[in-house]
Amino acid sequence: MTQLEIKREALRKPNQKKRKSCPFSAPDTPAIDYKDLKVLTRYVSERGKIIPSRISAVSAKRQRDLSKAIKRARFLALMPYVVG
Amino acid sequence: MALYESVIIGRQDLTPNQFEELVEEFIKIIVSFKGVIKKRENWGIRNLAYKINKNRKGHYVLLNIDSSSDAITEYERLMRLNEDIIRFLTIRINSVDEKPSPLMNNKSDRYKTEVLNAETV
Repeated sequence: MTQLEIKREALRKPNQKKRKSCPFSAPDTPAIDYKDLKVLTRYVSERGKIIPSRISAVSAKRQRDLSKAIKRARFLALMPYVVG
Repeated sequence: MALYESVIIGRQDLTPNQFEELVEEFIKIIVSFKGVIKKRENWGIRNLAYKINKNRKGHYVLLNIDSSSDAITEYERLMRLNEDIIRFLTIRINSVDEKPSPLMNNKSDRYKTEVLNAETV
């Protein structure tokens, strides 16, 4: 491998996973709603914190709706602010 | 008129029919402002995720309201005054989806969803 390739190889960030597709981009997914806890709890860590979109691979627009819905669910005590 | 979705949480030591009367009272206020209740869901007594001023459980009800904004301001003002209501959230929505909300179907046998058509309550 020539010097150039080695440099380019090193440049690529080691932890850059394959870009996962956003789970909500499928056309038939339901609108994000603060009432359906099954969907919301999937995007909350076990401590009750919202999982960042770079980990959950959710698109930015969806992540904004998600965090708004989670905050509303927390306000209505449907979801905890912190667990344990 | 604008569509609103409102969730009300009542104190745990209210009896269910006391809570019903309370909700009826609020509905009368909306109706007095010529508003219409599109959908009403009674989620019953649910465990709260955290204690809200010493209450561990709460009576939940969901109301979809089609009314003017000053009906909602009056509705919310009275809710703030009433100490049996420990929390409420009213948001504006664009469309009412008729099917029961997800919180209903896991306990749908005990609680009823009254989808009220256009006539006022």
